[in-house]
Amino acid sequence: MSPLKIFLASFLVNNIVLMRYIGLCPFFGVSTRFSTSFGMGMAVIFVMTLATLVTYLLYHLFLLPLNLLFLRTAVFILVIASLVQLIEMFMKKSFRALYSAMGIYLPLITTNCAILACTFLVIDYKYSLLNALIFALGTSLGFTFVILLFSAIRERLEYAEISPAFKGYTIAFISAALVSLGFLGFAGLFGISL
Amino acid sequence: MSPDLLFKAVALLGGLGFLLGLVLTFAATRFRLKRDEKEEAILSVLPNANCGACGFPGCAGFAESVARGEADPFGCPVSDAETREKIAQILGIESKPKEREIAVLICQGGEKECGRRFNLWGEKDCRSVALLHSGDKECPYACLGYGHCVKVCPFSAIRMGENSLPVIDEEKCTGCGICVRECPKKVLRLLPKSKLVYLACVSPEKGKEVRDKCSVGCFACGICVKVCPYSALKMENNLPVMDFSLCTDCGICVHKCPTKSYRDRAKARPYAMISTACNGCGECVKVCQFKAIEGKPQERHRVIIEKCIGCGECFKVCPIKAITMVGALGYAYK
Repeated sequence: MSPLKIFLASFLVNNIVLMRYIGLCPFFGVSTRFSTSFGMGMAVIFVMTLATLVTYLLYHLFLLPLNLLFLRTAVFILVIASLVQLIEMFMKKSFRALYSAMGIYLPLITTNCAILACTFLVIDYKYSLLNALIFALGTSLGFTFVILLFSAIRERLEYAEISPAFKGYTIAFISAALVSLGFLGFAGLFGISL
Repeated sequence: MSPDLLFKAVALLGGLGFLLGLVLTFAATRFRLKRDEKEEAILSVLPNANCGACGFPGCAGFAESVARGEADPFGCPVSDAETREKIAQILGIESKPKEREIAVLICQGGEKECGRRFNLWGEKDCRSVALLHSGDKECPYACLGYGHCVKVCPFSAIRMGENSLPVIDEEKCTGCGICVRECPKKVLRLLPKSKLVYLACVSPEKGKEVRDKCSVGCFACGICVKVCPYSALKMENNLPVMDFSLCTDCGICVHKCPTKSYRDRAKARPYAMISTACNGCGECVKVCQFKAIEGKPQERHRVIIEKCIGCGECFKVCPIKAITMVGALGYAYK
C-alpha cells in the first residue's frame, strides 16, 4: 500500500475509535468539552507517534533477534510508560507552554489501549518504519478528529431535551454508534486488512 | 521453556527496567523544578475545595499563580479572614480585610406568589426555559425554580424549597459566586455576610404591571425611600437601590413595605423597653414609625411590644438613655 493510502485508511476508513472500537475510555471520558478534547487529541498525536517509533525499533532490534516475542506486551508498556514520564519531566522544565497545553492528558494517555493497539498493529501489518510512523500519525489524527467531532455533538446534547432514562453516557453511546454507522460508509473505499 | 530463553527474557526485561529506572532517576534530578516553597505553603492553607470559582483550574493552579505573583493573593472567594491572613504571612504582605459574602435569592415569586403563564413539555432546565419568552413565570424577571443553581453549587448549599424557590443554606454557602454567574435570570446576588436587609425583587416594571403578575413584587411605590431614616435608599429604574454604607439594617423598610418585597436575614430582632428613669419627654414617640410607644407627656412611657419591630430609633434619640433593647438572643444591636 502506498503511504498516502495507509494514512487515509488509518485516518478515516479504519478509524481507531469508530471502526475498531479502541480507546473508548478517553473518547467518552473527556469529550464533554471541545477544549479538553483538543488537549487530549494533541497528547494522543504526540504519544502515539513517539511510542510507535520507539517500540518499533525495540521490537526489530531486540525482541525479534532474541526470539522473545511473548514479552511484547510487557516490554512495550514498560517502555511507553517510562518514555512519556521522561518527556513529561523534560517538557515541564523546558517547554512550559506545550506542557500546559497537553496538561494532565499526557500521562493519562500512556496506559491507554489505543496507544498499545497502534504499536501492535504496525507490527502485525509488517510495515516499514516510515509506513509505521505514517500509520501512527494517521491513527492519532483520526482519533483527534473524531473526538473533536464528538465533543461538538456532546456540547449540543447538553442542551437537548433528553428523556431521563437516556441522559448522560447512554445518549453519548447511542450518538457514538450513529456516528460510527456514518463512518461505515468509508469502508467501501479501501482499507487495511491483514 | 528452555533455561536459555528464560535467562534471555529475564535479562531483557530486568535490564530494560533497570536502565529505564536509572534514566528516570537521572531525569528526575536533572529536570527537577525548583519546588516553590511559597506555592506549597499557600496550597496547604487553601480550602482545597477545587471549586474553580477563582478562575484557575483547582486550588493548585491558583496557588501556583499566586506564588508567581500573577494572581490576586486574596482572589480565593471561598477563603475566610484566617486563610487570607495566612496567605499574606506566607507572601510577607499586608492582608486586606475583605468581607465574607453569601449568595441570596433576590426574588420571592414562588409558585404561589407568581404563577406560570404556560405549561412546558419536556426537559426542564432553567437555562433552556429562560430562552423561551423569558421563561414560563408570569413575571419575566422571576426565578424560574427549575434548580440550575442547586445543580451547580459545589458546596451543596442550595436546595429546592417547597415553593419552587431555591433555599440557600447560609452556613454552607461560601460566597464563591458560581450560582450568581450561572443563573440565567440573574436573580441571585452576593451580599456581605453581615448585611441583614435587602430588597428581594429585580423587576424594573412599575405599578399595575408588577401587581398583576406577582403578589410580592416591588411596584415602586417609594414608601421605603420615604421611611428610611438614613437616606440609604434611592429609586432607580423603578427599584429602590440600597447604599450599603448608609444602611444600618434597622429593618424599618422591611416592615413598611406593602408587598413584603424586602427580606430580613436576622433570625430575631430585639424590642425596646423603657426604664423608670423615663421623664416623658416624648422624643421617642416622635421618632417611632410604628406607633409602638404610648404614654402621657411628663409621665413614664410604655412600649407596645406587639408593634415594636426593634429598629432602635427610640434607643438612639432618648436624651437620658432610659431605653434599652432586649430580647433576640444572639442578635447584636449595631
